[in-house]
This record gives sequence, structure tokens and C-alpha cells, in this order.
Amino acid sequence: MLEQILVLLPQVLFDGFILGFIYAMIALGYTMVYGVLELINFAHSEIFMIGAVAGVEVFRYLAPLIPNGYLLLAVAVVVGAAVAGLTAILVERMAYRPLRRRGTTNRLVPLVTAIGVSFFLQDLVRLIEGLWHNEFFLRMRTIEDLEGAFTLFGGAIFIQTKSVIVIVVSVLMLWGLTYLVNRTKLGMAIRAVAQDLSTASLMGINPDQIISRTFLIGGALGGVAGVLFALIYTTINPYVGFLPGIKAFTAAVLGGIGNIPGAMLGGLVLGQLENFFGTYLPILTAGNFGTEYKDVVAFLILIFILLFRPQGLLGQMVKEKV
Amino acid sequence: MRKIGFLVAGVAALGLALAQSNVIKIATMSPLSGPQAALGEQIKLGAELAIEEAKPRFRQLGFELQLVPYDDQANPDVGVANANRMINDPDILGLVGTLNSGVAIPASEVLARVNLVMVSPANTNPVVTDRKLPNVNRIVGRDDVQGPAAAEFVYNDLKLRRVFVIHDKTAYGQGLAEEFRKRFEALGGRAVAFIGTEEQSNFVPIINQIRAQNPQLIYFGGIYSQIGPFTKQLRERGLRMPLMSGDGLDSSEFERLAGSQNAKGAYYTTVAGPVSAFPQAKALAERFKAKYGKDIEGFGIYAYDAARVILAALENAIKANGGKKPTRAQVAQEVRKVKLKGITGTIEFDDKGDIKKAKYFVMQVAGTGNWADNKLIKVIEVAAPQK
Repeated sequence: MLEQILVLLPQVLFDGFILGFIYAMIALGYTMVYGVLELINFAHSEIFMIGAVAGVEVFRYLAPLIPNGYLLLAVAVVVGAAVAGLTAILVERMAYRPLRRRGTTNRLVPLVTAIGVSFFLQDLVRLIEGLWHNEFFLRMRTIEDLEGAFTLFGGAIFIQTKSVIVIVVSVLMLWGLTYLVNRTKLGMAIRAVAQDLSTASLMGINPDQIISRTFLIGGALGGVAGVLFALIYTTINPYVGFLPGIKAFTAAVLGGIGNIPGAMLGGLVLGQLENFFGTYLPILTAGNFGTEYKDVVAFLILIFILLFRPQGLLGQMVKEKV
Repeated sequence: MRKIGFLVAGVAALGLALAQSNVIKIATMSPLSGPQAALGEQIKLGAELAIEEAKPRFRQLGFELQLVPYDDQANPDVGVANANRMINDPDILGLVGTLNSGVAIPASEVLARVNLVMVSPANTNPVVTDRKLPNVNRIVGRDDVQGPAAAEFVYNDLKLRRVFVIHDKTAYGQGLAEEFRKRFEALGGRAVAFIGTEEQSNFVPIINQIRAQNPQLIYFGGIYSQIGPFTKQLRERGLRMPLMSGDGLDSSEFERLAGSQNAKGAYYTTVAGPVSAFPQAKALAERFKAKYGKDIEGFGIYAYDAARVILAALENAIKANGGKKPTRAQVAQEVRKVKLKGITGTIEFDDKGDIKKAKYFVMQVAGTGNWADNKLIKVIEVAAPQK
């Protein structure tokens, strides 16, 4: 048994990173919006899905026009980010901002709105795709340039070119975001709004504009995650966002919600846990517990971590604002 | 004056009806409109051809045969409404149909009230006959025998011993996978893993387990929407062992989602065979083409046989009844006693209405982009389970 585990271990860790990076990118959207608004934007999983759908459509229509697979992917990433980011802004404008304007103090109202927006977007995309292609399951077109594979360490790890792309793109995105938040004026403004919205507005910051941009950045990251998700797992549908969305939200909480490095760390930890137990549970329990229990075990561990660190891995205890 | 006119017309109609009481009607029910209309029309035309050919024989017995086609639109509600219309027409003595188990199950409950017999050319859900209704019969196999049939094929024909079993945790998929494993292990093979998953997109953890176990074949009890992306990820990750599934894979969508290259070579079992599976179907196919100007397909052949079962039962019932028109209950009883050499094989029913020995067809995906190109690999005969 130990031998079986060790043989697979490098592969499992590698695949866990891929899943983890995707979760991390989605988790950032949750955590940034929570940072500025203290709103759990459940519609974010649909922003992710819309990015994935945009990526599939770019591959479908532009593949014959763009001979280079990497260029095509770059276009898909940009389009996915743009479509998802703009959708996120629209959602904020049309669903959340009117509520803020009315001065709703009940935290549940925006939350319920977010859930409603989520359902609306799922079925909207389903309707559009149904009318457009009469397809429910959308398949990412296979591009030869991106299909290669190689092995490392004498066959211990099987690596697809696609996985390398996913890792490179996500690392670039995460680094870019960190730079943006910590080193630019916009990032400073976002941090200021996150700290205290009303004080920030007294310092000459337009909070509505900053909130809008936060949605744009978070949505764009979610969209990129969607394109990469479609690239590596090949088939998506209008409801595909739900599970990764929930898990990314969990990752954000695990890292400490509102905390940007925390969301990245949480995503990576959750991806590793899920992939590890998905692969090893049947081996560890002699087949009594199958892969389907991976989430149960992963979430048990999360509960355990949060019992000892309720503020999350990197979160700080904040005193209740009065 | 007009009232009297109506009265006269009414009496005349009544007289006509009495004079025509030697009419025997056989109904068909299948989707004749909507996306499944092409399959449903095969059922109607197959039955119609059998009835046309039997008309001279019945005229000698003193009866006029008629076909009454009903359109169920693949919709259970429409099917039930049709069944209610059928039981109110006393001349209808038998039904060939339906295409969908979902329609057959509620509609047959209505028919059972008056013992109106149905012989299905297409319904494969176990529930159809497991309710033990005396009027329900089918001449195709059952979903729950596909698993054992596949196990026999893998063990005896492919001669493989180590399989990796996956299912989708639905009643259909898990049932299929469990039956497969049971039979495969009874034969002496080994299921190195038995894994359920509801995952729709990320199959990497399962693929890693497959890599560790290195089985000779993967059996996946599920639907194409899951098996398609699974197959694509499996092949992309360099694993080339053969794949097998049940008729949940029998859709061109599988090839679209997996990609033709990856789908190529996958095996699946199905209960309704293609025309090429039946050597005796050639003459029938020619008669069908001459009469309707189109090709007969699998369900057309099964419908032809189903109608012949009802016709044979009718003839026996008329004889047993001293040349008089039999009751619906008598016809239903006679159907269970029929032994007929049909185009699709020998047809005999057990006490549940399942065909005693059903044929199961092992098919292989051709990967040409045209689902109709898929090759017939083997025909397996298995008896229906007795519970």
C-alpha cells in the first residue's frame, strides 16, 4: 500500500497544484469583493462559468483563423477575462449598487440577491447556448499545438503541455494581482476602501468607482480561471461553475476572507487536499471509501483547521466595527 | 325534419358499426412528431407492414384488420391520454409500442384496467415488466442484463482478467456496474477497483488511480455526458486501455465530447441491434423499401416482430373461441403462450412478459464521425433474470 502511494505521489502533488491554482484564481474574486463590500458574491461562480464559455466560443470560431495555438489561447484568455469582468461590473451596477444606494443595512438582502443573480446567469447562458448551438455540453476544441505531453523523473510524473500552461498563466495572474494591489494607486485605493469605505471617500476616493474596478479585476481573474478550466478539463456546461465556486469560496474562507495572499494559499491547500484524497481514499481504506468521499474528507480537515484558526490561515482577528 | 335526419344517420351508423363488428384493430403508439419522430415512424411502419401482410389470412377467418396509429410525442401525459382513448374503442385488441419506457410505464397501467395487451419493440427499463402486469410484454432485452452480457464479452471474448469499474452513482449506472462486476468476478476475473463519481469535469484523481492499477479494461456504467470528457482526459494523459460501457454511451454526443480519435475503439452494449445484426431481415428490408420508399431500421424490425406476436395470438384466440371475436383478456393470455420464429430471433415470453432469451449487441465505436458506422462485434443471448 505504501508503495502504491509513493509511486503516485509526485503525480498527485502536481495535479493538485493545477486544481489549486484554478481555485486560487476564483477565490481571489470572492475575497476581494468581500474585502471592499463584506458581501459574499455567490454570483462569482457564474462569472467563472461565463469566462469558460467565452473561452470555448473563442476556440470554436477563431481556431481556423489563428494558426498558432498559443496565440489563440492568449486571445481566449483576454476575451474570457474581458467578458467575465464586464459581466461582473454589470452585475454590480444592476443588482448590488441599487441596494447600496437605498442604504440597506440587512446583510442578507445582498446575499439573497447574489444567489438570485447566480440562477439568472446560469439559465441565461443555457438559453443563449441552446439557441446558438443547441448544445448543453460545450466541448473545448482540441488544438494540436497545446496537446503535447512529456514525463519527468523516469515516468514518475506525466505532464501535459496544457498543465504547464495553466500553471504559468495562473502564476503570472497571481503575481500581477499582487503587484496591482500593493504597488499601484488603484491597489492603494482598493485597500483603503476595504479598510474603511466612508473614511476613504473623505480622502478623495470615489468608492463606487473602486468597487466597480474591484468587481472588474475579480471577475477578470475568474474568467481566466474559467478559460483554463475549460482547456484542461475539456467539457463544460452552464452549471459547471457551482462546485468550483463553492470550493473557491471555501478556499477564501480558509485563507482568511478579505486577505489576498490567504485566498491563494487557501486555493492551493484545498486543491491539494481534494486531489490527494480523491486519488488515495480507495487505496487508504481498501476500497471501502471511494473517490466520491474526497470532498467529505477535505472539508472535515477544513472544519478542523477553522476550529483552531477561525480567522483563517492568514486572516487577522478584527474587532467588530462599532 | 333535421332531427329525424340525425336520427336516421345515427341508426345507420349504429347499423354500420354492428355490421362491422368483425373489425379487429391493432394500435401502435410511438412518437410521430418531435425529435424522436424518425424512430417512432419506424415502429408504426414496421407494425403496419406486418398487419398488411396478415390481412388475407384474417379475411379468411372472417375478420377485417385495421391499424390505428397513435402519436405519444415521447410524452408520458400524451401516452396516458392515448391509452384512455384506446380502451374506449372496443375493437382495439392489441398495441405495438412504445418507444420510451417513460411513456410505456404509466400508459400500460391504463391498458391493464381492461387487459388490453401491449407488446413493446423498444422498452428496456426493468420496471416495465417487473410490475408483472398480465398485459405487458416486450421482445427486447432489459437494461439490467447489459452488465452481465458485457462481463461475458470481456472475459470470454476479449479474454481480459483485470478491469477497473467506474459508475455515475445513478440507479442506471451503478446498477449496470454492479451487475457487471458480479458476473465478471463469478467468471473468475478481478475488478481492481469499483468507484462511484458524480464528477462532471475533473477526472484526474480517478485517472491517477487507473495509472497506478494499470487495468486491462475500464468499464464505466454511466451516460455519455460523463464518459465523453472522462475518455478525452484519459487518452490525453496517455492511457490507452480499452473502454466499455452500456447503452448510456450509445449517442453521437459521446464521440463529440471525447473527440473521434479518443472515442474510437470504445465498446458498448445495446439492446436494439442494427439491421446488419439480423441475417433474415434482408427480404423484409426489401419489402419495406418497396412499400414505403425508405430503409427499415432496428426499431422497424422489432415492431414488425411485435405485431406478428399479436397477430399470432389473435389467430390462436379466434380458433380457441370457435371462430368468434376473442375478448381482450383472451388475447393477452394467448400472447404469453406464443412461440414464434421472428426476424429478431425466437420469441417466447416468461411469466413477467420478458422475452425468454433476449439478444444483446456488443458494438464498437468506429470513430469516423458518423455514429451509424459503428461496428457490430458480437451478439450475446442472455435469459431474463428471474426474481
